[in-house]
Amino acid sequence: MTVAESPVTPETLPAPAADAGDETKPQSLAFICYSGELEKIWAGMILASTAGAMGMPTKVFVTFWGLQAFVKDGKRITGENWMQKMMSMMQRPGIAHRKLSKMNFLGMGPWMMRKLAKQYNVASPAELLEMAQLMGVEFIPCQMTMDMFGLKREDLMDGMGEPVGAATYLGFVAEGAAPVFI
Amino acid sequence: MADQQVDARGLNCPMPIVKTAQAVKGLTSGQTLEILATDPGSVKDFAAWSKSTGNELVEQTVDGGVYRFVMRKK
Repeated sequence: MTVAESPVTPETLPAPAADAGDETKPQSLAFICYSGELEKIWAGMILASTAGAMGMPTKVFVTFWGLQAFVKDGKRITGENWMQKMMSMMQRPGIAHRKLSKMNFLGMGPWMMRKLAKQYNVASPAELLEMAQLMGVEFIPCQMTMDMFGLKREDLMDGMGEPVGAATYLGFVAEGAAPVFI
Repeated sequence: MADQQVDARGLNCPMPIVKTAQAVKGLTSGQTLEILATDPGSVKDFAAWSKSTGNELVEQTVDGGVYRFVMRKK
């Protein structure tokens, strides 16, 4: 046997076929957008828009405080009962109204962040979100969060997918999408 | 001459890549796109983008802080 006569060391093995496979089928991604703070929404939107640009099939499951950022900016009060309405009073929904988790200083922090971003030509979360959607990134609301906060489909920004639950998200991962939790 | 141009000068991460991806969508296979950028991070970013999407990076130069890339659509 020729194989036995010339043992092959790992270094001399030909490149695995997986390389060729990677080129034809890019890695898909499954984000969980869980936090609603400005810095985390920003990070999520940068990665989601870039994933779209990289041609990586990407789904973003938007849940809990993350979903607050995906309520239309014009909505001030959301929810059906007094507690849900109170919650939206205390944390204004919409992507333009995110707060920093630290150094918020009654809105001074986010104001300075936005000012600096403009000065250094860093795209805003809202702009990045629009880009991501244009490039086929799908944003999917969490049904349970919608129920708990009393959010209706029309409260959420346009172009979001059908509301689903955790099992659907894990289904994406089971099919090979890499999970990203922000 | 490239078939199309993207002026991403002054734009910061990830906009040069995002704008490039959008422009490439409008091209047909084999057509070229010239990108101008000033973000130093874009050098590695465009290499990664090219590797991941399969669009070929055919030229790369830098002149006075302006990076010029030419991509050929897969």
